Amino acid sequence: MRVQLREIAFARSGDKGDTANIGLIAFRPSIYPVLVQEVTAERVKQHFEGMCAGRVERFELPNLRALNFLLHESLGGGGTVSLMLDAQGKTFATALLRMEIDVPDELLEGREGESRPLRKGD
Amino acid sequence: MADARERAQEARGPQQADLWRPAPEPAGVPFEHAGMGAAVLDPPRDEGASPAEQADPRPAAEPPEPVVRIASGQGFWGDWQEAPKLQVRSGPIDYLMLDYLAEITMSIMQKQRERSPDAGYARDFVDLIVELAPDLVANGVRVVSNAGGVNPEGCRRALAEALSDVRLPRRPRVAVVLGDDLMDRLDALLEAGHELRHMETGEPLSTVRDRVASANAYLGAEPIVRALDEDADVVITGRSTDTALTYAPMMHEFGWASDAWDLLAAGVVAGHINECGCQASGGNTLVDWRRIDLTVPGYPIIEAKPDGTFTVTKHPGLGGRVTWATVTEQLVYEMGDPTEYITPDVIADFSTIRLQDPSNDRVRVSGVKGRPRTDRLKVSIAYHAGYKAVGTLTYAWPDAYDKAEKADEILRGRLAYLDLEFDEIRTEFVGAGACHGPLAGPPPEDLPEVTLRIGVRGPDRSAVAAFTREIAPLILAGPPTVTGFAGGRPRVQEVMAYWPALIERGVVERDIAVETTEL
Repeated sequence: MRVQLREIAFARSGDKGDTANIGLIAFRPSIYPVLVQEVTAERVKQHFEGMCAGRVERFELPNLRALNFLLHESLGGGGTVSLMLDAQGKTFATALLRMEIDVPDELLEGREGESRPLRKGD
Repeated sequence: MADARERAQEARGPQQADLWRPAPEPAGVPFEHAGMGAAVLDPPRDEGASPAEQADPRPAAEPPEPVVRIASGQGFWGDWQEAPKLQVRSGPIDYLMLDYLAEITMSIMQKQRERSPDAGYARDFVDLIVELAPDLVANGVRVVSNAGGVNPEGCRRALAEALSDVRLPRRPRVAVVLGDDLMDRLDALLEAGHELRHMETGEPLSTVRDRVASANAYLGAEPIVRALDEDADVVITGRSTDTALTYAPMMHEFGWASDAWDLLAAGVVAGHINECGCQASGGNTLVDWRRIDLTVPGYPIIEAKPDGTFTVTKHPGLGGRVTWATVTEQLVYEMGDPTEYITPDVIADFSTIRLQDPSNDRVRVSGVKGRPRTDRLKVSIAYHAGYKAVGTLTYAWPDAYDKAEKADEILRGRLAYLDLEFDEIRTEFVGAGACHGPLAGPPPEDLPEVTLRIGVRGPDRSAVAAFTREIAPLILAGPPTVTGFAGGRPRVQEVMAYWPALIERGVVERDIAVETTEL
C-alpha cells in the first residue's frame, strides 16, 4: 500500500549552518527496513526539489530504527544570514513526512485494532 | 560521588525523599501521533530484565548503586525561566546544567559586547542564580553553565555584585573557565600558519579577517572538571561544548579517566539528551503531542552511574513525558554523522546506543561506544556580513494570496525604481507554504488570510534602511484589506555570519585557565 511517511514514522529536524538535519524514526521495528529501502538519499533529494540546492547524505541507525539525513544548502545561508522564516530548519521534519512510499500490506495490518487515533476534540 | 548525594540528602532530610517517589503508572501507555493511522509504538524493552523489573524498575528502597542526578534547566538563551527552579525545588538533583549557547547566540552576545564591554553573557543566568542561591546552597546542588558567552568574567562580576546582598548560610564558590576566546591572538595564530579554513567551503580565514568580530574555541570537559575538583558551586564557562556541561560532573564524581572513551561517549550522549532542555521530555515532540501536558513540564534529568549507563527521567508530578520516542527524537536532533559525533573529549558513536523504555517516564541508555578524541578543536568564528531587514503585511479574504503576491510585485518594483540593490530579496507567503515551499502544493483558494513576509540582505546599511521605509506605504498605496503593521518599521539588523574552523588542540589548551573565587 502507498502511505505517507507520517503514518509509519516520526521525525525531528534542525540546522548546522546552511545544512538541515532531519532524523526519521520508525514507529515499529518492522517498518525500519522499509524505510532503509525506500527513503534513499536520492529520493529525499527529489522530494525536496526547490528547497534543497545541495547534496543529501543519509546515515543508518538500526539501533534507534532511525535514518538521519543531511540536506546541504537548504537554509538560505543559515544562521543569522538567512532571510527564511524557518532559517533553523525546524519544520523540515514534517516536510519529509509528506513523502509517500510503498509498504507491504502485511506490515500495516493490525494497526487499526490496536488503538484509536486521538483527534482534535477527543 | 557519594559526596554530592550525601550533601543533598542531608539537606533534604530522609523522609522527604519518599515524597518524590511517583505513584506507579500503567505500563504500555498507547501512543498517538499526528497522522491518520492508529499508531501503537513498540517501545524497546529490556530483554534481560525480569517481568517485575519491566513493570516497575524503580527499586523499593535506595538504589543499590550510587547515581548522580544531572538536571537540565535551560536549553537555549531565552528558555523557560521556571524550568531550572522546578528542577531544584521539585525533587532531588545533584547538578543543574544550564545551556545558553548556540551558534547564533555567540554572534548576538558578541554584538552586545561591542556596544558595552561589560555585556556579552546571559544576564538571565545572573537573575536566576540570585533567586535560586538559597535553595542551591541548602540542597547542595551545583551549577554548570556556559552562560559566560563571550564574556565569562563579566558574568562572574555581575553575579558577584548581585549576590553581595543575598544572605546565605555560606558563601558560594564560583569558577570561571577562560581560554576559549582566541580574538586577541587571532593575528598571531594566522601568522603562525593556522589558516582557520572554513570547514564547509575550505576558504582561509584571511578572506574575511578584517570583518571578524569573535573567535572562540569549543572547550571540552577538562577545565570544568578541574573547577568541580576545586569545590566550585557554580561553574561559568564561555564556549564550552553544550554536552560537556552534563558529562563533566560525571567525570568529576566517578573519576573517569580522560581516555575512558566508552564512558566519555556515554557522557556525551547524556549531554546531547540534556542540552536542549524540554526537547527530550515531551517538548517539540511529534508523537502523542496532543496528550502531553506541557503547561508546567519537567525538564530532563540524567541519573548517571559510574559504569556509563544512565537513565533519562524527569521529576514526577510535573508535566512532560520521557519515552523512547521523546529521547530518540532528541538523539537524532542535529546529530550529523551518527558514527562520528565529534567533541573535544571523545568521538561518540550514536549507532551503538541502546534504549530501554519500561513506560514510566524512565528511559535507560546503555551500550555507548567511543573512540579517541581528535587532535584538533573546533573554532566558532563570527564575522560581520552586512545588514538585513524583514517586513510583514497581512492580507485578508477574499483573494488573500493574490493580494499578497501583488503587494510583493509592487514592492519589488519600487525597490528597483529607487535603484536599491541587495544580495538577496526573499519573499515568503506565511499561511500559504512559507515552511514547506513547493512541497505544500499550490495554496488553496479562499484562504482567510495570508501574511506577506519579505526580507532583504546586503552590504549597504542605507539601502536596507531604505527598504524598511517601503513597507508602510503599501497600506494606503497597495492592494486592499491589509493589516498587521502595528509593530512599525522593520528593524535593520546587522548580519553576523558563522565561520566554523579547526585548530590544533595544543595551541588552545596551553592557555586554558580556571579561576575559582568565593563570592
